[in-house]
Amino acid sequence: MTNAVVSLALLGLSLGIMLGFAAKYLKVEAGALVQEIIAMMPGSQCGQCGFAGCNGAAEALVNSQAPITLCPPGGRVLAQALADKLGISTDLSGMEDQVLKVAFVNENLCIGCTKCFKRCPTDALVGANRQIHVVIKDACTGCGKCVEVCPTESLSLRNVPVTLETWHWPKPQPLLLAS
Amino acid sequence: MNNTPPPVLVSGPFLKQSPSVSRIMALVMIALTPATLFGLFQFGWPAINLFMVTILAAILSEAACLMVMNRPVRTTLGDGSAVLTGWLLAMTLPPWAPWWIGALGSMFAIVLAKQMFGGLGQNLFNPAMVARVVLLISFPAEMTYFISPHPLIGPDTITFMDGLAITFGYGAPAVDAVSSASVLGYIKTEIGRGVAWTDAFKSALDLQALTIGTKPGSLGETSAPLLLLGGLLLLGTRIITWHIPAALLGAIALLATLFNIIDPARYPDLWVHLLSGATLLGAFFIATDLVTSPVSPLGKIVFGAGCGVLIYIIRTWAGYPEGVAFAVLLMNAATPLIDRYLKPRIYGRTRRGKPLIYEETSK
Amino acid sequence: MGMMKLFRIRGGVHPQGRKSLSAGEAIRDLPLPELLHIPLQQHIGQAAEAVVKKGELVKKGQLIAIAQGRISSPIHAPTSGEIVALGRYVAPHPSALPGRTITLRPDGLDAWAELPAPLDPFTCEPAAIAKRVAECGVVGMGGATFPSAVKLDLGQRYTLHTLIINGAECEPYLTCDDRLMREQAADVIDGVRIISRALGVKRAVIAVEGNKPEAIDALTHAAQGLDDVIIQKVPARYPMGSEKHLTQTLLGKETPARGLTAEIGAIVHNVATALAVRDAVRLGRPLISRIVTVSGEAMHNPGNFRVAIGTPIQHLIDFVGGFKVDPERLLLGGPMMGQPLADLRAPIVKGTNGVLALAGLHAQTSGQQGPCIRCASCVDACPCGLVPLEMAGAIRKENMDMATKSGLMDCIGCGSCAYVCPSNIPLVQYFNYAKGKITQTQRAEHKQKETKRLAEARSERMERIAQAKREAMAKRKAEQARQKAEAVTHEDKVSA
Repeated sequence: MTNAVVSLALLGLSLGIMLGFAAKYLKVEAGALVQEIIAMMPGSQCGQCGFAGCNGAAEALVNSQAPITLCPPGGRVLAQALADKLGISTDLSGMEDQVLKVAFVNENLCIGCTKCFKRCPTDALVGANRQIHVVIKDACTGCGKCVEVCPTESLSLRNVPVTLETWHWPKPQPLLLAS
Repeated sequence: MNNTPPPVLVSGPFLKQSPSVSRIMALVMIALTPATLFGLFQFGWPAINLFMVTILAAILSEAACLMVMNRPVRTTLGDGSAVLTGWLLAMTLPPWAPWWIGALGSMFAIVLAKQMFGGLGQNLFNPAMVARVVLLISFPAEMTYFISPHPLIGPDTITFMDGLAITFGYGAPAVDAVSSASVLGYIKTEIGRGVAWTDAFKSALDLQALTIGTKPGSLGETSAPLLLLGGLLLLGTRIITWHIPAALLGAIALLATLFNIIDPARYPDLWVHLLSGATLLGAFFIATDLVTSPVSPLGKIVFGAGCGVLIYIIRTWAGYPEGVAFAVLLMNAATPLIDRYLKPRIYGRTRRGKPLIYEETSK
Repeated sequence: MGMMKLFRIRGGVHPQGRKSLSAGEAIRDLPLPELLHIPLQQHIGQAAEAVVKKGELVKKGQLIAIAQGRISSPIHAPTSGEIVALGRYVAPHPSALPGRTITLRPDGLDAWAELPAPLDPFTCEPAAIAKRVAECGVVGMGGATFPSAVKLDLGQRYTLHTLIINGAECEPYLTCDDRLMREQAADVIDGVRIISRALGVKRAVIAVEGNKPEAIDALTHAAQGLDDVIIQKVPARYPMGSEKHLTQTLLGKETPARGLTAEIGAIVHNVATALAVRDAVRLGRPLISRIVTVSGEAMHNPGNFRVAIGTPIQHLIDFVGGFKVDPERLLLGGPMMGQPLADLRAPIVKGTNGVLALAGLHAQTSGQQGPCIRCASCVDACPCGLVPLEMAGAIRKENMDMATKSGLMDCIGCGSCAYVCPSNIPLVQYFNYAKGKITQTQRAEHKQKETKRLAEARSERMERIAQAKREAMAKRKAEQARQKAEAVTHEDKVSA
């Protein structure tokens, strides 16, 4: 009886000490992890996540203050990478149907003020003073910063249309389980 | 179902070969029918009662599970898989076992081994064999109570009323049912006692009865020719491929021959192993269960050979005289592993998955 | 007749041929419709670019869109008339989305433009043949629509020994190649020999499935006395027309995964392509029409028609008298690998080999999908040695990595697996979905990288500008300080 109590107590104590040391010496530096995650983020500082740029978002992710799905430009690909990095397992299938958006210039309203392309984090807007600006769809992340600064409301976000090149077969409908 | 065309976009192919799941199940049942009729005839009314009870319990268990899980009862029952599970289980039971053996077995098979895993196609283990093993371990006396044949027509016949009494256990049956061991059980006991596998021993077995199946044994396992006929039907209709039966029977034959040559006094001949017990039923109907066997040809061969080796080992050196159920279950457990490592070779690739290289043609 | 040793392929299925519906019907010319809608993307590779303007009058065979890049193909006017629109029009595609299209109103004269001079294929340079084929917009007409000229150049990169001409036509219902071989056997063989010359191979094998004895007879007759053309009967077994499997049947070698048949010394062309090559070389005629099988239980008067590229499918169906009954399925191509036809306004393009309206027992694909019972029918049917049930299981769980590891990209999409599945699982759709999804993911990854690069470039530039500003500011300050100092000295001097 006493033998059992003593040996179990010793066992618990030694394991506890080992755990304590492990926590102290094998700790992952939060700073290093934040840096790694910053490297994974798009880096456009668009602020769609609600944090101050990608650095803020990375910190929030490390401190578990934000979901891995926080970054719309990164999309499902980034969310998956973040999940792997942070050791989180999540079902991302719900995220896939998020429709991508890009900025669109209404040419009748644009006055060529150049405010929008000064704000664009990815240089997706091109043009010059007093010339109608154009969106490079491939570079636009749909962050909407240009929409905020446009004085004539000529900029808006539109869904990226599905084309013959981007269309793909839908997933087969799941089994009908209820009668 | 309404008549408007399906609005969902469906991709091809737009032609379909006819077999459906229910048709596959029906063909398996047709293939089982000759051996079943033979068994029911030779063991009389008690066997018929047990057979009915087992299948009915399987249907009821399946329906109850589906209702609890709020799944379509009629369409799922219509696929026939529950009936087939009950049927296969009944084939392996002692023909005069009490009704609750069959009922309990079917419940185990359907609820525990099939629906708890997610229903048709999801189960890891063969439901009928799970049930048989659970019964064998829990009720060893009832599960090893074999009797010599009492055909429906003949001097030994059991009347309908006596049959009811035997199966449902009210009143004492007015028959002097002599309990006798199955062939494999008898051989095991005798060899265990130190009796040598000699000609005298062999002649006592009556090879002819052994072949035709007029011998004590499980309800549907006795008739080798009829089981073989059913197996050939399955092969002919391409429900099963030759790989599992051939590998299973081949492995048993090889081991039996080998050990019989090494020590003829201790190890029975090849034909004992092939013709008695559940060998043929197992080779054609149980190990070949689509859901719980591997999918690739090579995987099937490994699976079949594994079953055969285990059957021989269990029969020869383990505690039970018969090992088909245990062998199949053990190999069922190995199926995911076999499927993972023994895939077919992909076209244009080596076995290891690297593209083939032909150096002589590129300039 | 051939006497080659044949080799077995794995898997495959035997669907009902249903070819008798249209096999007896001789090829007829379809009258021109009111408007022709000619898509710029009718081939694998880059879409062509229009070189005509709205309102321009064009002649039959005139170049109206030029090829872009190495893998592309030009497009020619199917008849003479006026270009009435350059815009978007419903594409012959399951999505029925619009694609860039040139719309031409025929003038009824059908007047030919000046065509390039005929080439003598047996005296000209082999490279000239490939050049001519490229100029004439010839693409693979079995349905793959790969620019043919690219394949005629492969002799420069590989040591080739055999030209295989695919006359298998293993898809049920389709009879366009069958009719072509029966009616124009001599021209087909001429085309085959021209391709042989372009590739520099000594041996050409025309492989025809055994269910087309008339075509085999016609070809054998036309090839009498030629020792470089073999007419070879092959077993009728789907997918015999898959180029890799046909090559294996004839040569006994598997094409390396993700590779070309050229790597084992063979090039495969379709019979209709051979004829198009012949027309391009001998007559200078570009590819502006093709043979289309119109068939199916729901179709009035099934048959085979020579149709101008760009003809709306509705026009073709009206010509045969419409539908007998409401079709359960409308398809472009064969019932195994064809695509559902979503909009009858869509045009016939270079790769359209059939328009089918299926009804009755032969359209039984609407059966309720059941759970997989692991029966392995799909494994046995797969001609590529894949495990379809495992791939579909991974895709259902969105595990594209596992599906890819199991060989998703080695799948040729032949549909043998779904054809035999007793549970009606739409395996092919799972694979199509996964292939599309993987491409989408790759695009997204690419875009993310691009965004990152742009953002970094921008912040670098901003930093540079800021730096320049700071420097300018510092410079200006220094200047001001100097001027001030000078002024002070000056004042000092003045005050002194």
